[in-house]
Amino acid sequence: MSEPAFRTTDLTKTYGEGDGAVHALRGVDLEIPAGEVVVLLGPSGSGKSTLLNILGGLDRASTGEALYKGQDITAMTDRQLTRYRRAHVGFVFQFYNLMPSLTARENVELVTEIADDPMAADEALHLVGLNERIDHFPAQLSGGEQQRVAIARAVAKQPQVLFCDEPTGALDSTTGRKVLKVLTEVNAKLGTTVLIVTHAAATADLAHRVIHFADGRIRDVITNKTRKTAEEIHW
Amino acid sequence: MSPLTHKLLRDLWRMKGQAIAIGLVIAMGVMLQVMMSGLVTTLEGTRDAYYDRYRLTDVFAPVTRAPAHLVASLGQIDGVARVQDRVVGAALVDIPDRAAPVQAQAVSLPADGAAALNATYLSAGRMPDPARPDEILLVEGFAKAHGLAPGDTLVATLNGTRRALSIAGLAQSPEFLYIAAPGEMVPDDSRFGVIWMGRDAMAALFDMGGAFNEALFALTREANKPAVLAEIDRILDPYGGRGAYGVEDQYSNQFVSEEIRGLKGSSNTVPPLFLAVAAFLLYIVIGRMVQSEREEIGLLKAFGYTNAEVGAHYLKLVLIIATGGALLGCLLGIAGGRGMVQLYLQYFKFPFLLFRLDPASFAIGVMASILAASGGGLLVLRRVFALTPADAMHPPAPADYSRSGRIGQGIANLLDQPSRMVLRRITRQPVRMAGAMIGIACGMALSGSMLSTFIAFEDTLDTTFTVIDRSDLTISFAGPVQRAALHEIATREGVWQIEPVRFVPAILRNGRHTHRGSIQGQPTDASLSRAIDTNKQAIPMREDGLILSTTLAAKLEIRAGDTVTVEVRDGRRPTLALPVAAIADSFFGTPAFIELGALNRALKEPGRVTGAYLRIDPGKRDEITQWLKGLPMVAGVSIKAEAETAFRKVMNEGAGSSRYVMGVLAFVITYGIVYNAARIAHAERARDLASLRVLGFTKGEAAFVLLGELAVITLVALPIGTLLGHGLSQLIMAAFSTDIYTITLGFEPSAYGNAALVVLSAALVSGLLVKRDLDRADLISALKTRE
Ligand SMILES: Nc1ncnc2c1ncn2[C@@H]1O[C@H](COP(=O)(O)OP(=O)(O)OP(=O)(O)O)[C@@H](O)[C@H]1O
Ligand SMILES: [Mg+2]
Repeated sequence: MSEPAFRTTDLTKTYGEGDGAVHALRGVDLEIPAGEVVVLLGPSGSGKSTLLNILGGLDRASTGEALYKGQDITAMTDRQLTRYRRAHVGFVFQFYNLMPSLTARENVELVTEIADDPMAADEALHLVGLNERIDHFPAQLSGGEQQRVAIARAVAKQPQVLFCDEPTGALDSTTGRKVLKVLTEVNAKLGTTVLIVTHAAATADLAHRVIHFADGRIRDVITNKTRKTAEEIHW
Repeated sequence: MSPLTHKLLRDLWRMKGQAIAIGLVIAMGVMLQVMMSGLVTTLEGTRDAYYDRYRLTDVFAPVTRAPAHLVASLGQIDGVARVQDRVVGAALVDIPDRAAPVQAQAVSLPADGAAALNATYLSAGRMPDPARPDEILLVEGFAKAHGLAPGDTLVATLNGTRRALSIAGLAQSPEFLYIAAPGEMVPDDSRFGVIWMGRDAMAALFDMGGAFNEALFALTREANKPAVLAEIDRILDPYGGRGAYGVEDQYSNQFVSEEIRGLKGSSNTVPPLFLAVAAFLLYIVIGRMVQSEREEIGLLKAFGYTNAEVGAHYLKLVLIIATGGALLGCLLGIAGGRGMVQLYLQYFKFPFLLFRLDPASFAIGVMASILAASGGGLLVLRRVFALTPADAMHPPAPADYSRSGRIGQGIANLLDQPSRMVLRRITRQPVRMAGAMIGIACGMALSGSMLSTFIAFEDTLDTTFTVIDRSDLTISFAGPVQRAALHEIATREGVWQIEPVRFVPAILRNGRHTHRGSIQGQPTDASLSRAIDTNKQAIPMREDGLILSTTLAAKLEIRAGDTVTVEVRDGRRPTLALPVAAIADSFFGTPAFIELGALNRALKEPGRVTGAYLRIDPGKRDEITQWLKGLPMVAGVSIKAEAETAFRKVMNEGAGSSRYVMGVLAFVITYGIVYNAARIAHAERARDLASLRVLGFTKGEAAFVLLGELAVITLVALPIGTLLGHGLSQLIMAAFSTDIYTITLGFEPSAYGNAALVVLSAALVSGLLVKRDLDRADLISALKTRE
């Protein structure tokens, strides 16, 4: 098998120090093959977002190693991390994080502007089913619509890795399925490695691999022999 | 257009109120800088050009009566490029609406046409006809003051001869930009005139046939001035030479140059202070503004924007505001400078104007804005860049809860929830709050110090005319007279008190420092004209030494106990070495006092006086004045009320007048600072406040959380601003002081009381504006955005 997209060894993350220290990651050993859809499940506060942030080059691990295609992310300088995020990574944040002063389209363009081989912003928005409201500002959009803009923004740059923190959290199941379809299509068409954090356990059925997270550690990893399509999932 | 450009424009639009307030503050700072330096450059340039075009003399040499043939030998002196002789004399002019005649100086026009030196600028009418001895030129200021025009007739007494003179034209001259009657410090167009008439007519009136009583010199570039002066004195001495002096000691030039120097002094000090305060505010405000964008900065970084790209974006934002403000300031400065120049043109009476700008002031203003803004922005950007994007995208955790939390806990328990929120924010973000507080304190300091300066000007006038000079009239005699001559005046009905004085022209030297002026002898217990100490208590005259004014002591760099060399330019012209007995506070001129008897003994001229101070029955003022002017020995009578008016005019129209402009700018800056503080606090808290509303707090309670913070900061800023302002006011007053007058003041509570009112009213207005926004805020969109 080819080189994995990510491999971590004894990855830890501790916030604060002394009595008040929070151990968000307590030693994570993990391998994510390139081109897979991986779903991360686990209780609130178990460290899922923290792991995503570190793998995405947004945060730094306390100890341990995290390799992206053989390169150690934890050893990268700020400049290298920036280049890594710019070239390879797409993000869907748990709290959408749209720019309030930019319209939906402009929010997507903010990312395609600096991407190497992006798709058109409008195309990305169509992909997530947002057709009419693309010239509206985030404050004029519903939570679900904002989330879809966030997803369009992440896929538009056609990244090698896509990190999605609860991408369907604010969506009804029909729209949610649409969004998951987009994600699996991106995976299938472009070979993008997709990491999805979710509380909707049913989502696990469309993954190649399901990682169960608890208390800052991996509890177990399940490889799905058969995957469902987005349309077949219900929650 | 790139999405970042969209964002830039929309962000600017969103924060337009604040951007304008910030821009205006820096604009005011730059404007003052550009305006004042342009004013000074223009006035200096115009003065120099005027002197140059009308060939103002380098050296004046008055003499009692010198034969015309001496002119040739004066021209031979090494370093002299040109000599011109003339006849000057005193005149008394009858003014129809005046009880007593007005003093004037008569000056001869060259017999052979155009003057080689000290030319006149004809502003109306024509030059006098050389064939008509009764035709004259009259100085324009005097003519205007009395409504005289070419064609009018003027009756004047010249050397005892009454003449009806016909005004052929009005003239200005660089020599007589400012004219003051003998013995008076402050120029007054209405109380002293200049008449130019033909050389032959003058010679006939003043008995100067084949002779002259003043020589004018233009020097070569390489001339050694002191040597030339000494040589002129040597040649003229046998003919009663009264001491040649350079143009730098000439009254009009001294006054003009001192006024411009005063203006330069205050424009070198005050605008940079204003600019510094504005730049400091810009620095703080921009820092806070960028700080509030922290989460967006983190987001841009998360997408892979580099530090350079993100930095450039935010620098563009702050530089648009800063350079926008600075450029506005430049434009306002040019416009304001032109306006000010027009005002000063009337005051200085230059016949033309060369409007110039000082390029350095633009550069300084714009650079200061750019540096302050980018400094404030970069400092914060560097701090945010040091965070991981994940950290930056989250709102910062409040600083240490435990420390400040516990201290305030006891108090906090006594307060309701909104008050506790105010308290917490202030205790937990001490650096940010301190920045806002110091900003407001600076605004308070600017306003307070300018208000202090206003009061100081009044105080100077008051002290000069009620504490130092307590007379009603000052008379000056044509020359030294016997003290007994005062008896006639003292016994006149309505004269309550008379006090003799003797002015002696003298050159005071201490090492390389020289002052050309006079020393005044007065009785020990002089009570109408006094020397006073810093507590405004009279200092008795001393027989054993001079009492120098603070300004003179500073000019000569001399202290009490040192010895000063006094070269008397009168009588037998002794050179005396006199100890400095004391230093007296003086706000006006550069007097040097000594006891009258001691002065006369030193001159070996007992019992002589040159004038007197009088206290009179106010109801008989006109009558007494007229009678005094009729006395043969009296050369001039000065009414204190008029002198005070003239002095006030100098203070309000001369260099000191810029204080009003500065005062207005100080208020604008203060308002801008306070408004900014309110706006930023609002921007930083909009979301919290919306959440409070959602939780069920009323609009009033939510506003209280914001305005309470502003109120606390403002109140704390007041005492600090007062302290800063007091320090600043000392600098500003020193900058406004000139050799002509000195402005000083101790701590003036009312200035700071009023400045506090300015700050509080600004806080109130800003608070209301912010509260209006708060009330209008759409809760839902406030909560949705800025995730
Ligand atoms: N900046 C921070 N400072 C301190 N503790 C933090 C910080 N960020 C996260 N934590 C803590 O780290 C732990 C893991 O947080 P994380 O956000 O990764 O959880 P999560 O699994 O994504 O939870 P959820 O499903 O609720 O999003 C939590 O206990 C959280 O409180
Ligand atoms: Mg999470």
